[in-house]
Amino acid sequence: MKRILALTALLAAALPVAQALAHAFLDRAVPAVGSTIPAVPKQVQMFFTQGIEPSFSGATLTGPDERAIATGAAIFDPQNPMQMVLTLPPLAPGHYKVHWHVVSVDTHRTEGSFSFDVRP
Amino acid sequence: MTSRSSAALAACAALSLIPSVAQAHGFVGDRFFPATILTDDPFVADEMSLPTFTVNPTGPDGSKEIDLGVDISKRLTPDIGITISNQWEHLKPSGMPSATGLGTLNTELDWQFFKNDPHEATALVGINSSWAHTGRVQALGADDFTTLSPLLNYGKGFGDLPDSVPWLRPFAITGNLSVDFPTKTQSAGNPNPNNFNYGFAFEYSLPYLQQNVKDIGLGEPFKWMIPLVEMSYSTALNRGQAGQTIGTVQPGVIWSGQYMQIGAEAIIPVTRQAGHGYGGVVQVHFYLDDIFPNSFGRPIFGD
Repeated sequence: MKRILALTALLAAALPVAQALAHAFLDRAVPAVGSTIPAVPKQVQMFFTQGIEPSFSGATLTGPDERAIATGAAIFDPQNPMQMVLTLPPLAPGHYKVHWHVVSVDTHRTEGSFSFDVRP
Repeated sequence: MTSRSSAALAACAALSLIPSVAQAHGFVGDRFFPATILTDDPFVADEMSLPTFTVNPTGPDGSKEIDLGVDISKRLTPDIGITISNQWEHLKPSGMPSATGLGTLNTELDWQFFKNDPHEATALVGINSSWAHTGRVQALGADDFTTLSPLLNYGKGFGDLPDSVPWLRPFAITGNLSVDFPTKTQSAGNPNPNNFNYGFAFEYSLPYLQQNVKDIGLGEPFKWMIPLVEMSYSTALNRGQAGQTIGTVQPGVIWSGQYMQIGAEAIIPVTRQAGHGYGGVVQVHFYLDDIFPNSFGRPIFGD
């Protein structure tokens, strides 16, 4: 039992060392996940729980008829490696879905999707 | 830790691998499946449960048992993994002195043969072995025979449901099916039947709700919690015990962080053979692929 406790303590001690390395999850987005907004947004901001690799990360947008909508390339802020911004073309009111994929700085890949609605 | 295992760990750490995109533990498309406590996971991983502390319900014979378990899983390739597990047991039979010691050693070889990202579905087949004479046989009732159990584990998230039913999309189910083939038909005059084992975990992922369906403003620690109900049954098939079933239901919650998860569940016996009263289990589970992303946390081959 002492060995088990010692090994647990060893692993727990290793956690702060690896603090900048892990899977990146979506922490929040603007517009918010599942939200309905009154005005057409010019961009979608995504904030992740870990730093992401710009070369291996990106996002796409589909519209009310589930067809792909051309957007600007994802923008990454060197000062904030946990953020990705997708610039949007002029949108009509409707239901939109953002599909994102990122690779965290420790090379782990995660992906996700969320919707938002633009009110008429 | 022995000098040999220290050297092995150091050797692993020294492997400076060329960066490549890694997929790890329970990710299938948008879905993250946590490592459940009772139900075998439907994915291979580099993870370790340390410890799993269990206070069992009172046995049908009045005995009380506390277990302290450990298991470690390691990917050999991105799709093939092994697991080794054992536990320290403290058994207090009714009206008799207590006994402590190791239980039966278990090993498992798994192949994650199916993965469908859009439908958040995955499955693996494997074989579990519990090894004879690896625990205290007479004092604790550890097995004096080896049992081989081919198994099928599966997982399915419901994120592919239409947006018209948003609150159902965070649901997921994992399950397992296996059959025990003991290598001795009886031990000390008691039969060792073939058993059919089946279990399920019903999960409602608050992280999935928050990140993929609707940001309802959950804060720490709730936005990383996955409430779940697990259930496990084992039904004897032959040797005079056909139809006898041991079953428990375990409601609880798992909190999943960046490097580890912590799970806590109540243990409720649902068949007479499973005992009576209530028990509980707490598990600390480490994601080795996140803690050691460039060394021990990667598959040995093929990544």
